Amino acid sequence: MAFSTFLIYKIILVLCVFTLALVVAMYSTYAERKVAAFLQDRLGPNRAGPFGILQPLADGLKMFMKEEIIPNVSNKWLFILGPSIAMLTACMTGVVIPWGPAYQGASGTFPLQITDVNIGILYLFGVVSIGVYGIMIGGWASNNKFALLGAIRASSQMISYEVAMGLSIIALIMTTGTLSVGEIVAQQSGWHWNIFYQPLGFLIFIICAFAETNRTPFDLPECESELVGGYHTEYSSMKLGFYLFAEYINMFISSAVMACLFFGGYNFPFIHIHAPLLASIVGFLIMMAKTCFFIFFFMWIRWTVPRFRYDQLMNLGWKILIPLSILNIFITGIVMWLQHKI
Amino acid sequence: MITKYLFFFLSVLIIFSALMVVFAKNPVHSVLYLIVTFFGIAGHYFLLNAQFLAAVHIIVYAGAIMVLFLYVIMMLNLNKEVEPHKPVWIKFAAVVSGGLLMVTLVGSLRGAEAMTKVTPENIHIGLVENLGKTLFGPFLLPFEISSVLFLAAMVGAVMLGKREIH
Amino acid sequence: MQALTNRSKVVVKKEMSLAEKLYLPAILNGLKITFSHFFAKKATISYPEETRAFAPVYRGMHVLKRDENGAERCTACGLCAVACPAEAITMVAAERKKGEEKLYREEKYAAVYEINMLRCIFCGLCEEACPKEAIFLTDRIVPSDYERDGFIYGKDKLVDPIDKPIDVSVRETAEVAAFKKDKEYAHNQTWKDQVNTRKSGH
Repeated sequence: MAFSTFLIYKIILVLCVFTLALVVAMYSTYAERKVAAFLQDRLGPNRAGPFGILQPLADGLKMFMKEEIIPNVSNKWLFILGPSIAMLTACMTGVVIPWGPAYQGASGTFPLQITDVNIGILYLFGVVSIGVYGIMIGGWASNNKFALLGAIRASSQMISYEVAMGLSIIALIMTTGTLSVGEIVAQQSGWHWNIFYQPLGFLIFIICAFAETNRTPFDLPECESELVGGYHTEYSSMKLGFYLFAEYINMFISSAVMACLFFGGYNFPFIHIHAPLLASIVGFLIMMAKTCFFIFFFMWIRWTVPRFRYDQLMNLGWKILIPLSILNIFITGIVMWLQHKI
Repeated sequence: MITKYLFFFLSVLIIFSALMVVFAKNPVHSVLYLIVTFFGIAGHYFLLNAQFLAAVHIIVYAGAIMVLFLYVIMMLNLNKEVEPHKPVWIKFAAVVSGGLLMVTLVGSLRGAEAMTKVTPENIHIGLVENLGKTLFGPFLLPFEISSVLFLAAMVGAVMLGKREIH
Repeated sequence: MQALTNRSKVVVKKEMSLAEKLYLPAILNGLKITFSHFFAKKATISYPEETRAFAPVYRGMHVLKRDENGAERCTACGLCAVACPAEAITMVAAERKKGEEKLYREEKYAAVYEINMLRCIFCGLCEEACPKEAIFLTDRIVPSDYERDGFIYGKDKLVDPIDKPIDVSVRETAEVAAFKKDKEYAHNQTWKDQVNTRKSGH
């Protein structure tokens, strides 16, 4: 493939992934309201367009039309930087995720993954760990005690659960032997989904994913009942929209990561298509179906389980999840040793 | 060519933000500049094709340690205008120890001119697999000993954090 | 203490079993419950398209009725305003001029008659107080408005339209209907009589 073709292809791919993330996040807000309504025997938004399908546009328009308020006592520069970092890191994570099998065209191979870096998982962790700065900086710059408390909660929660998340992934990496997300997905063709080899690891990972995306039952940084919105108390207009939107993008990306790492990504048993274009499209649809299921699962949990208390959160993270994930690594090591894989 | 300009850009960024860490009045700004410094250093690792090191550097330093720094500084009451006046001898001791560090650094770098440019036989030395094989092959003993060091540090932290039982 | 009912439960603080300590079975149970609601019948009524059936005794927006000739019944006696516990009703009385017999049944009539719908509690005491069977509460809803002024309803909104009179017989019990048949109160006809006479009259 010529360099110019390569460059154009990558630019198009980046734009597509970016649009995909934004559109899915946009409709996640709609889906969240619909799912909440359906789980509570209501109908949800159904006035804007058929079935309320235009509701996200109306919400977005509302966000843009709202008055932009920057508190006088806040640190203006950091106040604006906060939501920008949150949005930036949320959008950066989609880079290493394989959205479908590579298309073998006449003029070369077109992978549906922006870049398959050999440290893909570490890249994800790095970007996620930076994401907390958006919340911390925003919360601190607001010069508001609720915002500060939210920021402090967010940072301690993120740090605590990052450890358990990393340890749960280490067991997975031991079995797969690679850090590249593309390769991990490629290994799971047929029924070789990692969920069957790492059920405990998946359980720990999904709990940590809830904590990292600040979703209920781990939404202590923004809990309305005690902190009046937490770190985004002082935010209004589209800066608030950025924070809320970043949360939904994070949710989408972590759903995609779960689908990739544990549920075979674009692989599905019994589906073997040889036509290259069709295979790519079907693979992409399978990937999206899995992702959407996890997004639904996020929402389902949100409207089922109440919020943790702060000490329960810390106990769960440090006293249960971390020992469990170390145990998981240990068991994985023993099994691999017994199977003479190491 | 691009690598060269990137190198200079990152170097300037690192030196500027490192200076700002020292000169910034607000401790929170200092921490934020320090984070920028770490990102610049991670960028240098990338230029050296040490991707694993770069990613780990960001995760550990920028993503975890600096968050804790920020966490602690946010908890402090920074509104106090009056800073306790430090005695002269403390300032003097600070200058002496800082100067000693500088002398050490300069001394270690003095021989750098004499160094011949080393071309690594394997350009992929910084990638995960090679790094892992090196760490768990020839450098297994130092690696494990450093883990014991961390264990000792952890035990110490727990001891400090534990409430005293009478 | 003796229990009032046998439904009370004695709370025992017991050690949790392993399944309870794991917390996951409880979460799965909760997920099952919420998911069963996903397909359950929705309680929502899409209001403007669908309306909920009112109770037969529903008391909504007022109407000032006309008699069988289309003349306003209200004589501005002020009994409704006195009876009103929310003090929502005000009125200004005026004397009927010659030639206005078609418009007003009595010699005195209400030139201004206003009900503040934000104050009104829809208790129906005005209706009970009215000696002329002029004011009734109907099963119509007071619509929402952007301004407080919009909720002060004058005669333009309250008086019964001539061409399509509003049915107020829904809440009329048999006793009231029998009472209205009395000769002495002949001017207070029942709804059906009124419609019949008005049809034959015009």
